[in-house]
Amino acid sequence: MRLALAVLVLAVFVVAPARAQAPPLFTSACSACHGEQGEGVPGKGPGLKGAGAAAADFYLNTGRMPLSHPRVEPQRTKPDYSASARKQLIDYVASLGGPAIPQVDPARGDIQQGFEAFTDHCAGCHAITGRGGVAPPGTAPALQQASATQIAEAVRVGPYLMPKFSERQIDRHTLDSITAYVLSTHALPDKGGWGIGNIGPIPEGLVAWLLAGTLLLIVVRVIGERR
Amino acid sequence: VTFKVDPPKAPRAEVLVAALLGGATVAALAFIVLLAVARHDTQLLGLTLGAAFALLAAALIVTAKLVLPREHALEERPEYGGPRPDLAVPVTRRRLLAGAAGAAATALLAALAVPVSALGPSAKDESPWRRGRRLVDEQGRRLTVADVAVGSFITAFPQGADPRALASPVVLVRDDPAKLKLPAGRRDWAPEGILAYSKICTHAGCAVALYRKPTYEPTSVPPALSCPCHYSVFATREGGKVESGPAGRPLPQLPLEIGPGGELRAAGDLSGSAGPAWWGTRR
Repeated sequence: MRLALAVLVLAVFVVAPARAQAPPLFTSACSACHGEQGEGVPGKGPGLKGAGAAAADFYLNTGRMPLSHPRVEPQRTKPDYSASARKQLIDYVASLGGPAIPQVDPARGDIQQGFEAFTDHCAGCHAITGRGGVAPPGTAPALQQASATQIAEAVRVGPYLMPKFSERQIDRHTLDSITAYVLSTHALPDKGGWGIGNIGPIPEGLVAWLLAGTLLLIVVRVIGERR
Repeated sequence: VTFKVDPPKAPRAEVLVAALLGGATVAALAFIVLLAVARHDTQLLGLTLGAAFALLAAALIVTAKLVLPREHALEERPEYGGPRPDLAVPVTRRRLLAGAAGAAATALLAALAVPVSALGPSAKDESPWRRGRRLVDEQGRRLTVADVAVGSFITAFPQGADPRALASPVVLVRDDPAKLKLPAGRRDWAPEGILAYSKICTHAGCAVALYRKPTYEPTSVPPALSCPCHYSVFATREGGKVESGPAGRPLPQLPLEIGPGGELRAAGDLSGSAGPAWWGTRR
């Protein structure tokens, strides 16, 4: 019995430290909303159990976390911490359990298939050229700065108001293809002229009509003569 | 008939016209040179050719306005009550022409009116949803409870029915059953928190392709389906109620039931007719 107790006590001491301690940076920067041990603070921020390396890597490396206020929409900025500090935080969140950083290889993807899948699943909010759009009451970000891994993470994690997509909806190969397509939109073929942000053919056409049409009307008015 | 000729307004403008024409010549030549030298610089090519035409147009305008003399011709009116001038070609078949014109006008008006009948919903757009009809995905595979994860959304169709029918596509989302606030009488429409709504927006008939799914609700907004065309937002927890946007009526909900092996089946028809509202024909 004593032996059993001793083993138990020893086991507790040996096993307890195996559960990662929150790094000091987590305590100072994240715990106000996510809790001392990542358990979450009601009304301020979600628990991080089950978030996994995928979500942590996405939010921290795109500068979306930390937030200035819990109600602010997370947006892409320069990351706040050094790469090693972020790595430390990501490792800690990963130790709480959850999906790993998804593996993605755009080189194996097919841009045409990616274009079709992007049209089905993503273009409604992010626009077909990946220039972003509106998802009331938030915004869907432009994807020009996103890396292949970050695109894959967003698809699997569903950050902020975005839904997440399971392997059944978007399998690995389709995800490779979607990433290949999104990366291809980073530098769209430019045939010259005024780009007006590649916002799509219909608004572009409207701009052309409004500007050129107005100019032509002015010219007609100048040429014409009234008595 | 008497003629009166105004002298040109500014004869000196001839020099200006010559200069403009010279400019047009230079621009056109520059276009030819560029075409030989820098064929792929489309902006410069467009600029030079455009400038050539613009200068030519300017030269013509200046010529017309300032260089050319103006002629006025005055014709005497015949005296009132004088001899009536003969009509050179009297119209003899007036009735034939009037009849033909009437026929043409009628036919044209009819041609304009007929397409109006094609507007609005077609009577053939009957809902394929019946009690017990299985839900399948785009590839025709049967959908089960396990396929619908919380936070994702799936487009489903009725098995064995035309997927292109207006009422066919539905969106499946999953939520916490405790958080649902479905209208009375829909208590058991969402087994295990799985909700199905028509994918066709009730405003203008676009595909409701946006699912707004908050990562952390207390600091954000509740989940909703939204249409990318005009941003109508439908609250999924409240039976597709319009939260904002131009849609005039809620998104029709499909009652679900779970069959053996967790397969998803319809428990009845949609709660309303799918598709855009049209002159009060749809509720």
